This record gives sequence, structure tokens and C-alpha cells, in this order.
Amino acid sequence: MEVLVYLIPVSLFLGALGLAGFFWTLRSRQYEDPEGDKRRILNSEWDDKPKPDQNSGKDA
Amino acid sequence: MLSLPTIHCAGCISSVERALNAAPGVLAARVNLTLKRASVDAEPGVVADDLITVLDRAGFEAHELDPGALAVTGTDRTGRDLLMRLGVAGFAMMNVMLLSISVWAGADDATRDLFHWISAAITLPAIAFCAQPFFKNAWSALRVGRMNMDVPIALAILLAAGTSLYETAQSGEHAYFDAAIALTFFLLIGRYLDYRTRAVARSAAEELAALEVPRVVRLQDGQEDTVDLSEIVAGDLVRVRPGGRMPVDGEVTDGSSEIDRSLLTGETAPVPCGVGDTVQAGEVNLTGPLTLRTIAAGRDSSLHALADLVAVAESGRARYSSLADKAAKLYAPGVHIIAVLAMAGWWLGTGDLRVALNIAAAVLIITCPCALGLAVPAVTTAASGRLFRKGMLIKSATALERLAEIDTVVFDKTGTLTEGVPVPENSADLTGVQAACALALAQASAHPLAAALAKDLTARGIVAAALSDVREQPGFGIEGDHSGTRVRLGRADWVGATGPMPMLTATWFADGEGPPVALRFRDTLRSGALQAVSELRAAGLDVQLLSGDSSAAVAALASEAGIDTVRAGVLPAEKAAHVAALSDAGRKVLMVGDGLNDTAALAAAHVSISPASGLDAARVASDVVLMGNDLSALGDAHRTARRAVARIHENFRLATIYNIGAVPLAVAGLATPLIAALAMSASSITVSLNALRVR
Repeated sequence: MEVLVYLIPVSLFLGALGLAGFFWTLRSRQYEDPEGDKRRILNSEWDDKPKPDQNSGKDA
Repeated sequence: MLSLPTIHCAGCISSVERALNAAPGVLAARVNLTLKRASVDAEPGVVADDLITVLDRAGFEAHELDPGALAVTGTDRTGRDLLMRLGVAGFAMMNVMLLSISVWAGADDATRDLFHWISAAITLPAIAFCAQPFFKNAWSALRVGRMNMDVPIALAILLAAGTSLYETAQSGEHAYFDAAIALTFFLLIGRYLDYRTRAVARSAAEELAALEVPRVVRLQDGQEDTVDLSEIVAGDLVRVRPGGRMPVDGEVTDGSSEIDRSLLTGETAPVPCGVGDTVQAGEVNLTGPLTLRTIAAGRDSSLHALADLVAVAESGRARYSSLADKAAKLYAPGVHIIAVLAMAGWWLGTGDLRVALNIAAAVLIITCPCALGLAVPAVTTAASGRLFRKGMLIKSATALERLAEIDTVVFDKTGTLTEGVPVPENSADLTGVQAACALALAQASAHPLAAALAKDLTARGIVAAALSDVREQPGFGIEGDHSGTRVRLGRADWVGATGPMPMLTATWFADGEGPPVALRFRDTLRSGALQAVSELRAAGLDVQLLSGDSSAAVAALASEAGIDTVRAGVLPAEKAAHVAALSDAGRKVLMVGDGLNDTAALAAAHVSISPASGLDAARVASDVVLMGNDLSALGDAHRTARRAVARIHENFRLATIYNIGAVPLAVAGLATPLIAALAMSASSITVSLNALRVR
């Protein structure tokens, strides 16, 4: 059972990583326009580099 | 901020953004397809009108939105806050579940205690953060001595966490940390669904308001400049172009015209007005440009004075307690009494307070407050989504429940049951040359009656005669010269008509030979109005028509629509009184209206609907806003509301059945945390699936 000493912190860390990822998506406003984002994937514009995002980080 | 009602695909997004970015002065533009809006960062000099022209050339319809009216949706704090709590609760629940499963699988002694302690370390902070909305609601209800759904919820969460912590400290066998956090998670889902549904409807309703950008043309030292309505103060001179709505209460200082007061009084007939007359905010200027000296603007204007009337009428509706609260009133005491009795019984029986407390916690958790918490939001979300696709915005949380209860429908006439656009009735009375002259005159005027006449005559294939010297006399009519004869189209006294006046809205045509011809107009029914009325009647509702218009016009329309109970010439306060009288007689009234004269009645009714074409004040006062031009959705809305309420009752019954099965187990002390977790998930899923049947 000594393995628990490693496994529990590892599982908690992975979970926390997921939570941090969720916070990041929330902060970078990725839930503002689900309808538009799902269609933008089909667009070949900005395929080679990401579009400079005017909204991230500040309140529009 | 621009509204783009026609965009729908990836191609639209890129062409709109490309067009906007190419426009001079635009720094950045981004389309939001979900909201069908584009937000534009531009240099100071860029005006929305230029961008609208740019988009028009690219083939997209665009409207300017007033960012001030959209402030609430722009920074959607509450929504993100709920989503954040939901995410944290989800994370905590998954980790605690992993630990719990190993405990259920047989971990014991030190391992079990360790797992319990880790669970506690995750759960307690998570609950402290995530369950705040429930604690706050429960506290605010308890403080005023009322009961709502959040009281048993908050109690169950707190007791579960508290006893589990105590048990863990005593290295006991059972801990309910997973149940406490799962309860929070499921309930937050319900809360978030509920919020999302209303946020969508609210933002669409706000967009309607934001489309009316409050800009006013102010005259200062003979110079015209366009300013925001908020900058106008009493005494300012304001110019109102034909077709524009009066932005302020004021006195006419220059110009003469006719004004359409239908939004305020329900009367369709235009009223002449000239220098010295007073006009009210909300009236529409029809023919000539007017200059007003502002008497009252903004909050002081008569438009806002009506808000007091609305506030008084609305107090009646605050008495409505939602189905969820009614259920909580039955559920909460029952469950709490059982829990206390079970605790007392076990304490007396075994003398062990720890066991007794454990049993009480098990009872509170296993009675599935989470199914009850999901029962209403899951159904209203599904039903509102269905109605949203049909063009109805459900603004109020309990609107569907109230809509299902109605037994009387009161319609306003002008602009609600009718288009509010006149159609000539007897243009065939004009002879060939007369019709040709009338068409030529009508085409030269912006007056709505003239526009309607021109449309009708053109549709009948009449070619306009060549007229010279065409002049419009604002407030009177229009005249021209047809090969030497003076032809006039306008008010009766101006064209020289005598004799009995027709009861309906009319304009007159005179060519100097023979008596002037009266052209009568009537309002046409909105599309879907007949269907809506017949469907509502078929559903066993009493349909009534209430209008401020003259009785002849109302009666004609009522018989066309198939409505028997009619009252004409009603003042705004009488409308509200009529609705209140019906309510006092025990009726549940649905009021459908669009004008300022309806707002008090809308607020007084059990539930109210207003069309998107209505005045902002009416839309604000009503629970449901009807988008588009078609009334036929009304019948379906009523059916959907009844179905939704039936589902809600079914959900409550389902939750009760679970309780009947689970409570004896818990009271007998047989409920383990595993059983509690299974019962909770199973009941939540059943309730959600049942709700989806409404779609």
C-alpha cells in the first residue's frame, strides 16, 4: 500500500491540472460564442497562425 | 456594437470580419455567431452608419446596437461565476468519488481514515465555495420566515459534511463527503441550466431595446447636432423628422404635422398637431418636421411616469409562489420531521448520539433534494428552448407555470391583434383618372395612409398620372396640378368635404369636380391571429378584446377575429382595472399587448405577452416577448406551458416515489453512503430524462 503515497498526490495533481485548464478556458472567454467557434474550425483562414485575439485578457 | 440578424455560417463570419477590417478606421472586428453580433474596435471618428453601409454592400443586414443597454450581457458575471462553481464542484466530486469507491471496495483501518481525511480536505473548501448560492438563498428565505427549496438543500449539505467530519475524526466507517459534494454538483447543474435559459431570453430582449439607439437631433443656435437622449434637458429645442418617434414630452414651437398616438392610447386615427400643441414621448410624427421645446425628458417624461402605475400593478404578481417553493413547503417539514424522529428514536433506542446523528444525515441525503432541485429547471429549460426556437422569449422564471394556469386571454387591438398598418378598403371607388392622380399624390408623401394607398393602387396596376407643382401641406394633406385642375389628397375639411364623417380612419380625395371621395382604411389582422384565437378558444379559454380605439373599428375587427367579448374606448387605467377585476373574480388572465396604454394591464395580469414591435416599456412589463410578426405561436406556447407543468408534477411524483423507497432504508439504518450515491444519481438522471420529453 506504500504506492498510495505517490498515487494519491499524482491523481490530485492531475485533477488540479484539469481544473486549472478549465479556469483558463473560462478566463479566456471560450464559452462566449460556442456557435461561432464550432464553425470557425471549418474556415481555412488563420490556419497557419492563430488570429490575434482582441478580447482575451481584457473586458471588451 | 452591431446586430447582424442574417448571419448563420462560417462563410458569413469571415466575410463580415473581412469587410469590417477593410473599412477605414476599424482597428479590429469580431463576430459572435451565438449572439449574432459583431463588436468593432474603431478610431473615434468612425460612425456606425458607415459600417452598416459597408456591410450592406457585402450583402449583410446590420443594425446599430446601443452598448449601454447591453451592459448586463456584455460582462456576464453571474453566468461565469456559476460555471466556475460548477467546474470546482465537478473536480471535487470526481476526486472524492475515486477515494470513496476504494473505501466502498473494502479499504479499512488507517487507509480508510486517510481516504476520509483527504476527502474532507477536498470537500469542505469546495462546498464552502460552490454551495454559496444555496446558502445565501436559504438564509434570505429563512430570515423573512419563509421556506424555499434551498433550505432543505443547504441543511442536507451542511449536516452531511458536518457528521462526516465528526465520523472521520472518530475513525468511523461511514462518511458522506461524496454525497455532499455530488448534491452540490447536481444542484449547480440545475441552477446553471435555469440561468442560461433566462440569460439567452434576457439578452435577446435587451437587444430589442438596444436597437432603438436613443439619439436626438438638438437645435442649438440654429445648428442641428445629434446627441444622446440622456443629454437633453427641459427647455432644449428638439427636431423630430417625419416617421420619427417623439423622444421627449414637449410643446411644438415650429411646424405642423399629424401624430400617431396608437402606442399610447390605442387609437389608430392620426391626430393633427401644430404650434402650441403638446406632444408626449412615444408618439410618432407622421407628416411634417416638428420642432419641440422640451418640457420633460428621460425619467421625468410621461413615458416613465407610467412606471409607477406598473410598479403598483406588479405587486399582485409578487404573491405568486413558484411550484418549486410550493413543493418545498410540503417537502421540507416532512423530511425534517422524519429525520428528527429517526434521530430521536435511535438515540433513545441505543443511547448512542453518534449513530443517531448518522441516521439523521442519511435520511436528509437520501430523500433526494437534488431530484427536487432539478425537477423544475430541467423542464423549464427544455420548454423555453422549444419556445425560443418558435420565437418566444421567456423572460421570467415562473412565466411558464403561470401561463399554464390561465383561463382568460385579453388582447389589445392595435399593434397586437392587428399589424398597426392601415389598408385602404374602397380604393375602387376612384375612377381611372382619379386613381392615377391619387397614386401620384400618394407617392409624393411619407404619410402612412398615403404610403398604404400608393401600395394598394400600384398593386392594382394603376399608373401614376403626371402632376406638376406637387406640394405637401404638413398636417393637412398633399396637393398637385393635373392638366389645369387642382387635385388634393388629405383631411376632410382641407379638401372641402362635407356631410357625415365615416366612423373609420379615412383620407379624402378631391379633384374639383363632384364631391370629394372618402377613402376608408382599416387595420388588418396580424398573420396567425385567427389561428391563435381559435386555438386558445379550443383550449377552453375565454378570449376578450380590449381597445382604446373607437367602437366601430373594434367591433369590425372582433367579428373578423371571432372574439365575442369586446370593450372599446378603454383608457389605460381602465384596462388595468378590467384586468384587476377579472383577477379579483378568480380568473387567471393572460394579457397580450404592445403599447404604453397596455403596460399597467400587462403588469397586473397573471402573465403577459408583448410582441417585439411593441414599445420598450411594454416589453419590459411583460413576461414573454414574441419575436417576429406571427401570433400563431401563442396557441403552441400555451400547450407547451401546460405540458411543461405536467412534466414538473411528474418529476415531483418520481422524486416522491424514490423517497418512499429510500426513506425506510435510511430510517432503519441500512443506508450506506454507496446506496445514497446510487439513489441520488438515479433520481437525478430519471428526472432530467423525463424533462427532455418536453422538447
